[in-house]
Amino acid sequence: MNTAVDTRSRTGEGVTTGYRPDGRTGLPAVDVQRKLFTTRFKADKGSHLAIKDPEVCRDCEAKPCLYFCPAEVYKWEEGRITIAFEGCLECGTCRIGCPFGNIDWRYPRGGFGVQYKFG
Amino acid sequence: MPEKFDVIVVGAGPAGITAAYCLAREGLKVILIERGEQPGTKNVMGGVLYRQMLDEIIPGFWKQAPLERHVIDQQWWVLSEDSALKVGQRTAVHDREPYNAFTVLRAKFDRWYAAQAVKQGALLITETVVTRLLRDTSGRVIGVETDRPDGQLLANAVIVSEGANTLVLEASGLRARPRADTMAVAVKEVISLPREVIENRFQLQGDQGAVIEFFGDSTLGMVGNAFIYTNRESLSVGLGAMISDFQRRRVRPHELLERFKQHPVVAPLVAGGEPKEYMAHMIPEGGYEAMPPLYGDGFLVCGDAAGMVIAVHREGSNLAITSGRLAAETVVEAARAGDFSARRLAAYREKLQASYVLQDLRQYRHTTPVIEKIPQFLGVYPSLVNRALQEFLTVDGVPKKVKEKKILRMILKERPVTALIGDAWRAWRAFI
Repeated sequence: MNTAVDTRSRTGEGVTTGYRPDGRTGLPAVDVQRKLFTTRFKADKGSHLAIKDPEVCRDCEAKPCLYFCPAEVYKWEEGRITIAFEGCLECGTCRIGCPFGNIDWRYPRGGFGVQYKFG
Repeated sequence: MPEKFDVIVVGAGPAGITAAYCLAREGLKVILIERGEQPGTKNVMGGVLYRQMLDEIIPGFWKQAPLERHVIDQQWWVLSEDSALKVGQRTAVHDREPYNAFTVLRAKFDRWYAAQAVKQGALLITETVVTRLLRDTSGRVIGVETDRPDGQLLANAVIVSEGANTLVLEASGLRARPRADTMAVAVKEVISLPREVIENRFQLQGDQGAVIEFFGDSTLGMVGNAFIYTNRESLSVGLGAMISDFQRRRVRPHELLERFKQHPVVAPLVAGGEPKEYMAHMIPEGGYEAMPPLYGDGFLVCGDAAGMVIAVHREGSNLAITSGRLAAETVVEAARAGDFSARRLAAYREKLQASYVLQDLRQYRHTTPVIEKIPQFLGVYPSLVNRALQEFLTVDGVPKKVKEKKILRMILKERPVTALIGDAWRAWRAFI
């Protein structure tokens, strides 16, 4: 496999990695950029995603968007959520998964965004 | 004055293309609106396409469509951390024309299928996002708004086949945002391998194909599963689980996928392959109870947008195709009567009820909620059954009677008798 993998397991800090209570089941760390590199994008100038109210993210303890997004579009940097919309796979998971419905989610303009070759 | 059509179809996936194809064939003026550069560039599925539903519409389509392999071998592997219990069938019956199912890559397939609708006379507009439905003062749907300048279009009926992301339905007040425990997210990689390697590894000849579904450890017990499907010169390798599970468990879908590919029984199947594309898509798995209204004054809803997925049977595109056909039939009848009211379009629901679509969705209406409520189905039993089998298959001089007792103790330690009975009852209720 070309995908960079190291076997550090992400345990501790309240992060459950397996269903086993002993937490033995580790998850490999994955460089999602290397995965996204195989996917074709036609990025628009502006973002099709936006945080409605940054205060809500600040108060959100779980911040599940940092985990469930398959493209790791969302990062927590210097006290706010940043959005790497260029690598968005347009699945819509964040719109459904944000516990506060705090993501303003539109499709990219017609013709822009992800361009699957195989699908 | 915006241009007026008989019918506007929102989204060129299996449901929308089918509807546009059937409407155009009957001579209606139909426009198919797609947001991608081409039909298919935004579309993802596992991808197994069942033949029968499309064969009814385009007889012999499988002789000309860009398909990958016809499926002769279907397997279900129950994974623990280190083992797999394998169940499946390889049948010569599915090796015979006209075949049962095919593996497909949607970017190629949808483009071909949309071209067939265009040949029938449908007007295809790409790179255009439909943002909402237009209604008149009585609330009747009379057209759509798009992201193009002067982007309003009018029609007697709108078929909403926008897929799993129901933005148009929501923006038009026809449904609320779906809940996280009714939607799954799936990630997939297309991994290229030489033809001969695939055929040797999966014991296939020519265009024969194999599909494997994986349960248990592949999703760390979350409600969902992983899969490997053989294409001609690649494998589709992916997994999906409920968004609510990803929320709770703080697991990254792509990390789970990588872990799956490293599983000792999976790694040899994907070894040496080169990832060609990485993708993600949502699947509406809420079933019957989570479906939006299927019709109203001037509109009908088809496919994923209507929640027409039977996850336990890996069915979705077939329901989409059938619903697209039935929506088209309903609209053709409505056009003859000159009546596009909800009362007339209710015939669509009746047709779905008379078909497998709503009958199957109804039968499996408890499946997702019940499995979600019982995490041990995918979280405990897969590991337990593998440990029991390991114990039984390990020949180590321990008498069989002693082994049987050990296995029984192991099972009862995880699930007491009452819990086992309860689980069995709920499993029965979930599927039957």
